[in-house]
Amino acid sequence: IFFFYSIHLLHTADNAGQFFSSGHTNNWAVLVCTSRFWFNYRHVANTLSVYRSVKRLGIPDSHIVLMLADDMACNHRNPKPATVFSHKNMELNVYGDDVEVDYRGYEVTVENFLRVLTGRLPPSTPRSKRLLSDDRSNILIYLTGHGGNGFLKFQDSEEISNVELADAFEQMWQKRRYNELLFIIDTCQGASMYERFYSPNLMALASSQVGEDSLSHQPDLAIGVHLMDRYTFYLLEFLEDIHPASKTNMNDLFKVCPKSQCVSTPGHRTDLFLRDPGSVLITDFFGSVRKVEITMETINLTDPIKQVEQRKYSYVDQLPVSEIIHQKPKQKDWHPPDGFILGLWTLILLVFFKLYGMKHLKHIF
Amino acid sequence: CLSERRRGQLAALSIAAVVIIVGVPLWWRTTETYRAWLPVNQINELANLQLQLSADVEVVFARGTVTPEQQKKVPTQVVISLCLFCSSPLEADLSLHTLSESPCGSLVVYVIPESSTLLPEDVDVYIGQRRTALLRIGAQMRVGRTLEQLLAHLEPRIKQVLQVMSFSHTDITAALSDRVRLSPGNKESIADSMRAFKSSPGYEITFSLLNPDPKSHRVHWDIEGAVQTYIQPLLTKLAPLANFSIDSQTLYYAMLGVNPRYDSSRSAYTLNSDSLAHVINPVEARLGSNAASSNPVLNFLLYVPDAHHSPLHIHDHKKQEVLSNAFHSPRWGGIMVYNVNGFYGPEAVFPVDININMAKVMGVFLAQLRLLLGVQSSAPPPGFLVAPCSSTGLADWELDRLMWSRTVENVATATTTITSLAQLLDQIGNIVINDNIAQQVSSAVTSLQLAVAELEAGNLGFALQYSKEAILASERAFFDPSLLHLLYFPDDQKFAIYIPLFLPMCVPILLSLLKIVSEARQKRRERQAKKD
Repeated sequence: IFFFYSIHLLHTADNAGQFFSSGHTNNWAVLVCTSRFWFNYRHVANTLSVYRSVKRLGIPDSHIVLMLADDMACNHRNPKPATVFSHKNMELNVYGDDVEVDYRGYEVTVENFLRVLTGRLPPSTPRSKRLLSDDRSNILIYLTGHGGNGFLKFQDSEEISNVELADAFEQMWQKRRYNELLFIIDTCQGASMYERFYSPNLMALASSQVGEDSLSHQPDLAIGVHLMDRYTFYLLEFLEDIHPASKTNMNDLFKVCPKSQCVSTPGHRTDLFLRDPGSVLITDFFGSVRKVEITMETINLTDPIKQVEQRKYSYVDQLPVSEIIHQKPKQKDWHPPDGFILGLWTLILLVFFKLYGMKHLKHIF
Repeated sequence: CLSERRRGQLAALSIAAVVIIVGVPLWWRTTETYRAWLPVNQINELANLQLQLSADVEVVFARGTVTPEQQKKVPTQVVISLCLFCSSPLEADLSLHTLSESPCGSLVVYVIPESSTLLPEDVDVYIGQRRTALLRIGAQMRVGRTLEQLLAHLEPRIKQVLQVMSFSHTDITAALSDRVRLSPGNKESIADSMRAFKSSPGYEITFSLLNPDPKSHRVHWDIEGAVQTYIQPLLTKLAPLANFSIDSQTLYYAMLGVNPRYDSSRSAYTLNSDSLAHVINPVEARLGSNAASSNPVLNFLLYVPDAHHSPLHIHDHKKQEVLSNAFHSPRWGGIMVYNVNGFYGPEAVFPVDININMAKVMGVFLAQLRLLLGVQSSAPPPGFLVAPCSSTGLADWELDRLMWSRTVENVATATTTITSLAQLLDQIGNIVINDNIAQQVSSAVTSLQLAVAELEAGNLGFALQYSKEAILASERAFFDPSLLHLLYFPDDQKFAIYIPLFLPMCVPILLSLLKIVSEARQKRRERQAKKD
C-alpha cells in the first residue's frame, strides 16, 4: 500500500503581513562605534554604555559583537588610563574589567560590518567574531559616529549608505538570520539611515531627524572632551532602571530623550514590525530572558559503564600539513598593466608627431 | 605620394578607428564583472516545487484474520503462527524481527485477530522498537465480513499508525515553516518548533560539571565511560543525520545566579519555576565553547549544590517537586541539579569524595537530548501502546520520523537559499560570480532534484543524503566571502572616474573628425557650385 503526501511549496511571501511572529529563544547584539581620534571619545563611551547595559541584563559576550574603531582607554591623551567615563566627575566607568572587543581599530570597516551582518566571513574567522544567529534570534544593532543624510562615516575614510544597510538587512531576512531586529542609531541626521528599510520585523530608533544634528551631552574638564552624546546618555539612564525581570515596553523607550533634553527630535519607525510595540518588552532585545521547560521524562539506563581504553593522542595528526603545503595558488584575474590607457594615448601622440612633425598639429586644431 | 593634408586626415581617421575598434571593446572587457553561468531556469522551477512523500507499508495478516478463501484474493503473505507462546507484545516484536529487516522509511503492520491475547484489553495498537506495529482488528469485523469491508475498516487505522510512526500533516508543516506560512497553531506546536535545533550538518555537545564548593565536595565523574556507554550509541544511530562532537569540562566556583529559598516544610532549598529562567545567563558567560566550528552547541550542565544550600530541589508551577530535578531551555541545552548531601553524614571530614551515579545523570541528559534534537515526544493517541525505549534511547521508527522531517526541512531550506541567492545575484549587476559559486549552485540544484525524486520513490536514506548535500552546497554558495555587496556606485561617481581619463584623449580625435567632415562638406559644395 502506498500513501501519497503532497505538499505545495509556496514562493516565499515578502509581504510583512503574512508571516507569523512567534517568540525568540536567544539574543544577539552588534554594537559599532565608527569614529576614530581622541575627540570622538564620546562615541566610544556611547557604545560601551550600551555594551554594559546589555551585558548586565544578561546577554553573554559570546553573543555580542563589539566593534570599536579606536582605543580610548589606552590612548596617550587619556589622563585616566584604562577607563572610559560616561558621567561628568567620573562617576561611571563603562570600560570595566571584562570588556571583550571583537573588532578593534582598523578592523572596523564597512566591509567587515556587512560581512558580520550577512555572514559572509572567511572560514578562518573565529566564533567570537561571527554573528551566529538563527531564525529565533532577536538582534539589537547599535551604531554611533558621524553621519549625514543617507550615510554613516566609518573611520573618517569610507561610508556606508542607507541603501547598503537596507540590502544587508534584506539578505539577513532571506536567510532567516533574525526573528526581530531593533536598530538604534545615534548620529547626526540618523533618521535617514532607516528610511530605506523594507524587510519585515525591523524596528528602528534614531537620535535625530533629517536636517538635525545630534548634540553631545557634557564635557569633562579633567579629560578635556565631551563624554557622551545626549541621546545615549538619557538612554543609559533609562536602561539603568531596567532589570532582567522588568516588564517595561518599547513605548517607554520611544519617549527617551524628548526635544527639551535632546535638542534634536528622536525618531522611530515601527511600520515594518509585526507586533504592537506596546507588547514588546525592553528585555526582548536588551536582555536575554530564556524560556525554560521542566524535564518531565527520564530514560531508565541499566547497563554498567564500559571501561574505556586509553588512547594515544598525537598533535601532529590534527593539522593536515601535507594538504596545506601542497595547496595550489589562487587564480588571479588578469588586469592590463598599470597606466595602460595613458601609455596608449602617449604612444599614439608620439607616433603622430614623429611621422608628421609639429606643424601638422594645425590639421587637428 | 599623398598630399600633406590628405596624410593628416588619414592619420586622424586611423587613430579614431583604433580607438573605436580596439580601445572601446578592450575597455568594456576589462571593466565588466565576471559572472559565471547559473542554471536560472531550473532555479525558478525549484521555487514552485511539489513534494511528494511516499512510505512503503507492508501489511501482514496473521492467521485468524482472513478466511482461507480471502487468503487467495489478498496479495499479501500470511504468517503461519504468531508466536503462540509469547506472553507479551515485546517478545512477539523481538521474534518478528528475525523474519525480515525493514529498510529505512518503510513499515510493517501485522494485523492480528480480535481474540488474540497478545495485547492487553484496552490496547488496539502496539508500536514496536523497530519498524513494526501490531494492529488488532476491531470487534465489528468478527463475523461474515467481506474482504472489501475488512480493507475499508483497516485503511483509516493504518493511516493513523502511519501518522504516529512516520509523518503527519503537522510534522511536515512544521518542517516547512521556513517557506510555508505557519498558521498560529496551538501552543504545543509552537513550543515544539521552537525547542528543537534546526537541521545542521553538525552539532557540538558539551557536558559541564559545576562545582561551586570544592572545599566541601571533591566530585568525580566518569564522563568518558558514561558518554561511551550511554550517549554514543544514540549518536551513532543518528550518524546519517549529522556529525556530533562531544567535549566535557569541570567548572569550579560557578554559582547559580539565583538565590534558592529555604522551605522549612520540606527542609530543603527550592528553586521555583519562575527563577529558572535567570539561572542560565550568569553560568553561560563562564562556559567555554569550541571555537573551531560554527555548529550549534548543546550544553548539558550538572550542578552539585554547595554544602550550605543542600539539598536543592526544583519545583514546578504547582509547587510540586520535579522528579528528575532538571530543566531544559529550547535550543540551548539542559541543567540538572544533583544533590549529594545524602552521601555523607554531619561528622564527615571535608572535602568529601563523591562519585556521581552516571546512569541516573545520563538518563536525564539523554531524555533532554532527545527533546532538543527533535525526537517528538507528543503523547500517542488513545489505544496505542508504545514499546519502552531501547538501550540506545531511540526507536527505529523515531529515527525514521526524524529523518522524514529533517529531509523535508533540508529541501525547504536549500530551496529558499538557492532561490534567494539567484534573486540577489540578478538584482545586483555588479557582483562577481566566480566559477566555484556557479558550480556549487549547480550541484545544489542537482542534489535537490535527486532528493525530491528519492522522496517520491520512498528511499528515505538516499533522500536524506541528497538533501544534506544540497544544503551544504547551497550554504557554501550563499555564504561565499566573495559575494560581498559593496558595489553601490551612484552614476555620478562613475562619470567622475572616467572623465579625466578619456576626455583629454577624445577631444583631439573628435575635433579632427569634425574638421574632416566640414572640409568634405565644403568640397562637395564647391563641386556642386562648379557643376552649376
